[in-house]
Amino acid sequence: MIEGKALITGVGISDCGRRLGRDPWSLTAQAALAAIADAGLTPAEIDGVSTYPGALASTPGMSGAGADDMRSLLGLNLRWYNGASELPGQLGAIVTAMAAIGAGLANHVLCFRTVWESSAQTQIGSRSETMRSGVQRERSQWIDPIGASHSTYGGLTMQRYMYESGTTREQIGQIAVVARANAALNPAAVYRDPMSLDDYLASRMISDPLCLYDCDVPMDGSVAFIVSRADLVNDAKRGINIAAIGSAPGFDEAAAMMWSRTDLKPADVDMAQLYDGFSVLTLRWMEALGLCPRNEGGRFIEGGHRIARDGELPLNTNGGQLSGGRMHGFGALHEACVQLRGEAGERQVPKRPQVTAVSSGAEAFTSCLLLTL
Amino acid sequence: MSDMQRVAPPLTTRTADFWRSGADGVLRIAHCRACNFYMHPPQPLCRRCHSTDVGFDPVSGKGTVHSFTINRYQWKPGMPPPYVIADVELEEQAGLFVQTNIVGVAVEDVAIGMKVAVEFEQAEEAFIPVFRP
Ligand SMILES: [Zn+2]
Repeated sequence: MIEGKALITGVGISDCGRRLGRDPWSLTAQAALAAIADAGLTPAEIDGVSTYPGALASTPGMSGAGADDMRSLLGLNLRWYNGASELPGQLGAIVTAMAAIGAGLANHVLCFRTVWESSAQTQIGSRSETMRSGVQRERSQWIDPIGASHSTYGGLTMQRYMYESGTTREQIGQIAVVARANAALNPAAVYRDPMSLDDYLASRMISDPLCLYDCDVPMDGSVAFIVSRADLVNDAKRGINIAAIGSAPGFDEAAAMMWSRTDLKPADVDMAQLYDGFSVLTLRWMEALGLCPRNEGGRFIEGGHRIARDGELPLNTNGGQLSGGRMHGFGALHEACVQLRGEAGERQVPKRPQVTAVSSGAEAFTSCLLLTL
Repeated sequence: MSDMQRVAPPLTTRTADFWRSGADGVLRIAHCRACNFYMHPPQPLCRRCHSTDVGFDPVSGKGTVHSFTINRYQWKPGMPPPYVIADVELEEQAGLFVQTNIVGVAVEDVAIGMKVAVEFEQAEEAFIPVFRP
């Protein structure tokens, strides 16, 4: 087991926002240096780098800073590095760092995710235009002739989920409404203005029944972590323990793997930071992780009280990707660490969480982590 | 949707026979002749029995709407919204889905469970399968 052999010892985040006009390297360096300092380390002690998706296989805006770029930029002396887009979800970059540490390949691994999609869309073109080459062309033959897009996936998923579970838009809307309320307390969130359920229901349709507020928002920013060999950590007080990993393809498969690697149970989870590229995906994750019964997600979140900051299962407490901005699971992991440490300031969950579930991705591109103090 | 100016798909080794199939009005799906298993998108190897005896064989072209969405955004210059994109489950095999457009019906009248049948719209050398109630 690689769990228990590695801790998250440092977290860092860059300036975040819409169209910052900053280049991805400087964003990454800002987050990375913050994380290294937070871990009480110096760049000279970092001997591993792990990132999703890496610079080479990426599309403009979705990365832009690779593992080797950071070696060069920060002058790191590496023993191991990895940048890859074919991972078990974006958080697979953390899983591979843990595996490298468990195998003795590295002691302190810098993990990061950088997006500058918001600026790239201004400078280069829309997402659909920036994904037009090589492998993407092979895949897009199933999408382009019928005029589909990423939001098509969200709409089809949401429609079928509502049909099978009897969930209403009023219920699903609470994912977005609660996220917005949380974002109001997060200075780094993109959208912080108050939003009611009526606002949600009145927002324009993108791909019925998927509306604007069901979709996460492109942004610029970088999040970094230091994953360290546990027996090298002197001040373990601030280290976050990764109690279990789920890295299998599929919501249910990743969740089952995670629970098979710990004695903890879904009932022990007292906070959740779950992927919300589309709001319905958060419900899929809640159910897969056993945080509510199958097909009961809509009824569980109805009214929003149970998933509010002071509810039984605080959810996406930084505003998630819907209001906070699209950091592809790394924003969720950052928020989980900050909350577990009790360092979330104004948005700190009143009853400090002890066990947190974090997830990223959808369908066959999924990973989840169970974090404990 | 006959006025749609569709983006033609690339006719790759793996998929050219699929995209050309509609020239005679017949939908053909990648089919394992060893174990009678259909696969879409097509694969050159059967994922169930791993036989390489896979080819494009005719299917009925009849199916059921498994899920659908009304697209409201103009992603392609030649495709003005709204239009319906759906996962159609073909009657030949449970779980055999084709992602497609539903045509010939008002977008608000499409429903999960609706029975549909294939027809084709040409884009350059390709024939795009779409479905009509
Ligand atoms: Zn077969």
